[in-house]
Amino acid sequence: MIKETDLNTAIWLLFLGVPLAAWQMGEIYTITLATKICVLALAGVGLNIALGLGGMVSLGHAAFFGIGGYAMGILASHAQSYAPIMETPFLIEGTKSMPVIWVLAIIMSGIAALAIGALSLRTNGAYFIMITLAFGQMIYFFAISWPAYGGEDGLSIYVRNDFPGLNTLVPIQFFALCFAILTAVIFLSSRLEHSRFGMALQATRQNETRTQAVGLTPYKIRLIAFVISGMICGLAGAVSADLNRFVSPTMLSWHTSGEIMIFVILGGTGRLFAPLVGAAIYIMLEHFLGGVSDYWQIFLGLLLLMVVLFAPGGVIGLLTKREAAHD
Amino acid sequence: MTDILDVRAISKSFGALKASDNISLSLKSGEIHALIGPNGAGKSTLINQIAGGLKPDSGSVHFAGQDITSLAAPARARLGLGRTFQISQLAPEMTVLQNTVFGALGSDGRVSRFWHPVMKDKPLLEIARSALERVGLAHRSGERVSEISHGERRQLEVAVALTQKPKAFLMDEPMAGLGHGGSERLTGFLRDLKQEAPILLVEHDMDAVFALADRISVLVYGRIIASGTPTDIRSNPLVREAYLGDEGET
Amino acid sequence: MPLALFAEQVLNGLQFGVMLFLMSAGLTLVFGVMGLINLAHGSLYMIGGFICAAVAAFTGSFLLGLGAALAGAAAAGVLVETLVIRRLYARDHLDQVLATFALILIFSEGTRWVFGSFPLFLDVPDLLSGPVSLPLGIQYPAYRLMIIVVGLLVALGLYLLITRTRLGIRIRAGESDREMIAALGVDIAWLYTIVFALGAALAGLAGALVGAIQSVQIGMGEPVLILAFVVIVIGGIGSVKGALIGAILVGMTDTLGRFLLPQFFATFMENTSATTIGSSLASMLIYILMAGVLIFKPQGLFGGAS
Repeated sequence: MIKETDLNTAIWLLFLGVPLAAWQMGEIYTITLATKICVLALAGVGLNIALGLGGMVSLGHAAFFGIGGYAMGILASHAQSYAPIMETPFLIEGTKSMPVIWVLAIIMSGIAALAIGALSLRTNGAYFIMITLAFGQMIYFFAISWPAYGGEDGLSIYVRNDFPGLNTLVPIQFFALCFAILTAVIFLSSRLEHSRFGMALQATRQNETRTQAVGLTPYKIRLIAFVISGMICGLAGAVSADLNRFVSPTMLSWHTSGEIMIFVILGGTGRLFAPLVGAAIYIMLEHFLGGVSDYWQIFLGLLLLMVVLFAPGGVIGLLTKREAAHD
Repeated sequence: MTDILDVRAISKSFGALKASDNISLSLKSGEIHALIGPNGAGKSTLINQIAGGLKPDSGSVHFAGQDITSLAAPARARLGLGRTFQISQLAPEMTVLQNTVFGALGSDGRVSRFWHPVMKDKPLLEIARSALERVGLAHRSGERVSEISHGERRQLEVAVALTQKPKAFLMDEPMAGLGHGGSERLTGFLRDLKQEAPILLVEHDMDAVFALADRISVLVYGRIIASGTPTDIRSNPLVREAYLGDEGET
Repeated sequence: MPLALFAEQVLNGLQFGVMLFLMSAGLTLVFGVMGLINLAHGSLYMIGGFICAAVAAFTGSFLLGLGAALAGAAAAGVLVETLVIRRLYARDHLDQVLATFALILIFSEGTRWVFGSFPLFLDVPDLLSGPVSLPLGIQYPAYRLMIIVVGLLVALGLYLLITRTRLGIRIRAGESDREMIAALGVDIAWLYTIVFALGAALAGLAGALVGAIQSVQIGMGEPVLILAFVVIVIGGIGSVKGALIGAILVGMTDTLGRFLLPQFFATFMENTSATTIGSSLASMLIYILMAGVLIFKPQGLFGGAS
């Protein structure tokens, strides 16, 4: 059987190679699809920390994805219109700089994750699922009913934001940027998985009583992981908004939460490269089946059902024949 | 000898049921204090109140000179209350060594470190390995917990507790499910261990209890009906009645 | 503010709450008895709405539509339970969430395939189309009043079912101890199917009843599903009584919040921003209510009893 690390290297090279080849052949659309996969995979990597390592079945991660998106939308729209965000007590202006936007997206989604996590993690099991879902929905409805930033219609940003030294409007350059972020975040999450904190988080998922007996507080460990997870989703949201040059409440809807979860599951819960594989499968299904039938989501549903019922280790699990990481 | 653990007049009720009725109990350094009693006597409830899973309705629990009644379980563990469980509580997907390292990590306490691999952390590994040596489980270090036998899990629980260098042990039926040989080995081990830290032992295996305990307390219907040396307990008429009476009913 | 207007809003809140109860009762029963979290419950609501609209349009009889919706949703419930859901009882919550999310995709797209993307409209039956006069000079639509009555009757029926019948005894036994009930020789698989079908029928009933007030469309069940979750979190998982009280609390809070908050803000700020802030806050009110309950009673108002 294939070793998981070899498989991961192969996947990584494939994801670098295909867009480069497409660039050579002038297949711009393929590059855009690959960029989309990177961005969605990034959100999946974020969720995977809460879900795969921490066992927290959150159906509210769209909130953090969307908050990251709106952080970009709000900052860029103010920069676009030259109207400051606020003048009193101190001046805050919009910006078109991606690094600044990303930092703010990470901070804002981190704060939201702290608030939602602090309340939701007081419970567990089915309560946790319903509560994260409900808080996600609260932010969704707020975005719809608050008219300042487009309400239900969302916000368009006409020109992609800037990154020092790159022309982000060139698809292959923007892809390279997204791919670099994804690689860096995957690397960070792998360090986290094997760190002291990673051990504590995984042990807490496997047996909370054990964590308490060694003198650690499960709530704190989970909350830290939930916030890290939310921050990565926030970053993914900001990058995704830049990819689409558009943000709308759809980013915040619970379907988005479900989709991010699907990426993780199709790939294989708790595995490092699962989100990338899962996002790729999702985007390709959408691309190819969507061309054949308007009702392609029926097939997505059936596939998901089959994976859940018969292949709990996801695709990477099938290829490496190891048990599901979350059993 | 000083009291490391001191339970003062705790009571706990669930509805009309008095699970703990004004229980006082102490643990002195160097001793094994066994807690026995028929099923449903309230042993688990009592252990839970000492370990921090349940809060007593009244009374207090003191540990190492500190009132710990309102502390949660993790805080009590950090103060040095080591615990093994009636049903093994381990991280099943982690290896034997990882579980032990996790124990060491817990007592170290510095958990917010996200970069360096924990399994290359020399001080933690050393503590973990020596604990595994002591319980005789070093040769199984690389096995996942889900793969090892029931008896080995019991040994591992003791090893994890050891990594925490506890001031006292709380052991809930450590002999349960061990074969005769296993019980005997563990009995020998606990006899040595008590010099290091005293043990409050809940146990059904009467041979082990009478072989090990310096003191025995008998819990029946939430109350301690007798407390004393094994010889005292053996000849105590109340205890005989409680046990025989119970056997007569079932 | 005129009393009649306020009373009308209270009745609207009650009607909304009663409808949420029909959704939550099934969810909470299924969770309490089988330990299953079912995201596809909203799809059964949607199925009820579509069947009712289609049958009512075909036969011209709302009552036939309603009956067909109940039977159809129950049948759909039996079908998914035997094909998919029963494989999930022993699984963890993550698998349950994913599989039932997959069912939502299948149901939603399947319905779109059969009925198309446009909403269907369902007319209120002639008999109930007008208003009724209530004391205090209140005029209230007869149809909405009927929903309140039906919902309260269902609540009463469920209460009697659970406390007075053999099935109810088994449901309660199943909640407290699954192995015990299997040991008693009750066919547990059959019991689970019945409970699931009952929950499905209630969801279908809710979908059909609401279909005549709002439009019948794809995805109509999902906002209601999430509200039902809020209800269950507030009431306590597994408690039908909690579901009833939680549902009415949520229905009232939401309706009255939307009605009163903009007026409240208008007392000290100018009108447009009062409307904006008021309605934004109102859309979040029930979630704030939920957060409040969580802080003080993490297991819900009636949780932990069973």
